[in-house]
Amino acid sequence: MSALLQVRGLSRHYGQRVGCEDVSFDLHPGELLCIVGESGSGKSTLLNTVAAQLAPSSGSVRYRQRSGGWLELSALSEADRRRLAREEWGFVTQNPRDGLRLNVSAGANVAERLMALGMRNYSQLRHIARGWLERVEIDPARIDDAPTSFSGGMQQRLQIARTLVTQPRLVFMDEPTAGLDVSVQARILDLLRRLVNELGLAAVMVTHDLAVARLLAARTIVMQGGRVVETGLTDQILDDPQHPYTQLLVSSVLTT
Amino acid sequence: MTYNFAFLDEDTKRMLRRALLKAVAIPGYQVPFGSREMPLPYGWGTGGIQVTAALLGPDDVLKVIDQGADDTTNAVNIRRFFSRVAGVATTEHTADATLIQTRHRIPETSLREDQILVFQVPEPEPLRTLEPREAETRTLHALADYGLMHVKLYEDIAQYGHIATSYDYPVLVDGRFLTSPSPIPKFDNPKLDRSPALMLFGAGREKRLYAIPPYTRVESLAFDDHPFEIQRWEHQCELCGSGESYLDEVVVDDRGTRMFVCSDTDFCSGRRVEAQA
Amino acid sequence: MYVAVKGGEQAIARSLELLAEARRGNTAVPELELAQIREQLRLGVARVMQEGSLYDEDLAALAIRQAAGDMLEAIFLLRAYRTTLPRFGYTLPLDTTAMRVRRRVSGTFKDIPGGQVLGPTYDYTQRLLEFDVAPVPHVAPAEAPLPSNMPRVLDLLDAEALIERIEPGNDPEPIDLTREPLTFPADRATRLQNLSRGDEGFLLGMAYSTQRGYAESHPFAGEIRMGEVDVSVCPEELGFVIEIGAIVLTECQMINQFHGGNGVPPQFTRGYGLTMGEGERKAMSMALVDRALRCDELAEPNYAPAQNQEFVLSHSDSVEASGFVQHLKLPHYVDFQAELSLLRTLAAQHAAPPPVKQGEAGRGSPALAPAQECATPPQLSPVAQGRESIEVQGT
Repeated sequence: MSALLQVRGLSRHYGQRVGCEDVSFDLHPGELLCIVGESGSGKSTLLNTVAAQLAPSSGSVRYRQRSGGWLELSALSEADRRRLAREEWGFVTQNPRDGLRLNVSAGANVAERLMALGMRNYSQLRHIARGWLERVEIDPARIDDAPTSFSGGMQQRLQIARTLVTQPRLVFMDEPTAGLDVSVQARILDLLRRLVNELGLAAVMVTHDLAVARLLAARTIVMQGGRVVETGLTDQILDDPQHPYTQLLVSSVLTT
Repeated sequence: MTYNFAFLDEDTKRMLRRALLKAVAIPGYQVPFGSREMPLPYGWGTGGIQVTAALLGPDDVLKVIDQGADDTTNAVNIRRFFSRVAGVATTEHTADATLIQTRHRIPETSLREDQILVFQVPEPEPLRTLEPREAETRTLHALADYGLMHVKLYEDIAQYGHIATSYDYPVLVDGRFLTSPSPIPKFDNPKLDRSPALMLFGAGREKRLYAIPPYTRVESLAFDDHPFEIQRWEHQCELCGSGESYLDEVVVDDRGTRMFVCSDTDFCSGRRVEAQA
Repeated sequence: MYVAVKGGEQAIARSLELLAEARRGNTAVPELELAQIREQLRLGVARVMQEGSLYDEDLAALAIRQAAGDMLEAIFLLRAYRTTLPRFGYTLPLDTTAMRVRRRVSGTFKDIPGGQVLGPTYDYTQRLLEFDVAPVPHVAPAEAPLPSNMPRVLDLLDAEALIERIEPGNDPEPIDLTREPLTFPADRATRLQNLSRGDEGFLLGMAYSTQRGYAESHPFAGEIRMGEVDVSVCPEELGFVIEIGAIVLTECQMINQFHGGNGVPPQFTRGYGLTMGEGERKAMSMALVDRALRCDELAEPNYAPAQNQEFVLSHSDSVEASGFVQHLKLPHYVDFQAELSLLRTLAAQHAAPPPVKQGEAGRGSPALAPAQECATPPQLSPVAQGRESIEVQGT
């Protein structure tokens, strides 16, 4: 099966400082890939560079279009990049407040991407928005409530609904559970696992938590100091970590 | 000392005309221009005045209205200004004017191909209240990324059951650019669609010009199941009996008694003269 | 029977007469002469010239008199007049190093080559109202004339490479902000033009905010100098430089801390302010705001109002701000009527909610701005129209 995303020798530097260095991987349709590392390991830089929100210093990111043709992301115009982000991709931020429009209702937040794609039937928008609120376990009766009246966990679930409502081909997630209580985290991870399976999503998720990768990802990349130190099937990495840093990470997961 | 015809020097007029040509070539697109400081405060029609000054010729007949009326103080003042600096003929009759400068209304009398309507625009950017950053709104226009405007309309319906925007109701010009019609009541929006007259918009403070060329398609934004609607009154004009004009509500005594009369004073008096004849 | 209000023209004419009368005041008191304003209100004249973007003391004095001392109105008058002036060309860049200095102080070094020169300043007056007109002191000429080419304090740091270097000749040709619209992002030359025309009060407040933690930049007043500078042009058809006169300028160079970033080592950075005439407060404010607006270039966190160039540059101009704030007194009764009918509809709905909203209404989600205005309680204002009638009829 042909990959959806092909990353080759990708580096991003900030002046003299290395953000990420010489990263390569493929992402296949329907696959959820986790990038694991501690803070400062370059995983968020990698995510943002892959998602074309940061320009790479060198290397290549290619995205396969519906037509089968490949797009080199660094060569995209701002217009095409925004079109992709609007029509084919989704991005879930760590802090839901960055990804939500806080001054409009939950329903408007879910409906916005649909309207951006040209849907102009109000009743239909409401119907879909209610459906998605239900799917992310928010009472549909709260469709006209402001996101600011929601708890942190609800806001994150709302952001997930807002992102997935257009059924994107590819979703980027930056630590979507990091700012939340453990019990709330579990609920969201459970929800994500269900949605990923139902929708057959392809996704790249950044997390500092190997336990999150174990729950969601078939494959995992482990990063340290901007470089990939280990990559493979998540189970394999957990059962038989090769790199000392991965071994350290795994032992900390297993002991907790 | 004497001022140049229509106040502005000829170089400035040429700059304005070039910008206007560009505006006509790209209907609804906001053209940045080197707005000059006019002897009228910003927000009082400096954009409209510059457009008018760039277009006026000695043979033009100018009409100026504010809120539909020729005799409101700001309209009088602008008319006075052009009489003084250009010496052109002025009129209160819509049909007699070659150039009409307006604030907040479109005349009720249908306009013709040989007339130009110049709008005074306080805020040319329809997305401004939703997105304050100019760099971002320009990008949204460039990409025709207008989902945000519909968020606002959606929110209106969710809150009130209908679109609660009563004036400066956003339009899509020629299927491309989201455009502010200036703060005209939405009652006037249908008059923008395929108008025979050229419509020019000047925002002096914000330094933008834009245009709706004759016979251009102008669509007021709406949802399929919440179509665009204009204001309706249960009253008719108490002076001329019109049932299809925009009405002003006038308080006539200390007890708050109201009456409704045409906002377009020329239209109203014309109908009354006709009725007497 | 109701008769539509007429008479706007007479009302305006009468209002102008009243204004002329009020401006003149008691005719038993002699009319101010322009020379008196020019000579005795020189700081007001300087501000009007600066923010009016026109260096002409007599016209500024005329504007101040005509505006009855309302500085913003006087600035507006000068700007409107300026529009009508033909543009012959641009002067050569002014050389403030060659300034014939009348005042020059530095907050960074106790003594500097050329010395600290207080000059005429209000700094050390004791702000006691002087009820009696004091006799004009006879100022003895200085024992030694001030050097004509006073070195700049910042150049001392420059020699040690402690302050960012400004490479002469590296500047791109600036746009003329009075001929071209402001677009974003604006480069530094454009920003400085905008600030230089900006309202002194606005800039002062913005500058003050940077000192109170909104984009703190640890500023030092490196050097403030005021004096005369020669103005020269080089007409294309002649091909040689002609000196056309001299103007008074106030220049402020701030020195600001910088911890390094964006590939630049830690060093001092500069904020720059320049005004026509004596305008020290404005020049200092401008320098602080200029420095704050350089945050992106220096990769500093951009969070404070004074660092936000769209916010600062779009709201600095007093003629724009004054016009738009005051345009609210123009008739808005067509829009008001539209809002009135909308509000009545909403109020009626509030009394009997429509079926659409049943079961989910009223949980208080915020609306966007225009709708929010409608959400205020339905207290109908009775006199939107009456006011206009009163204004027009009060003649």
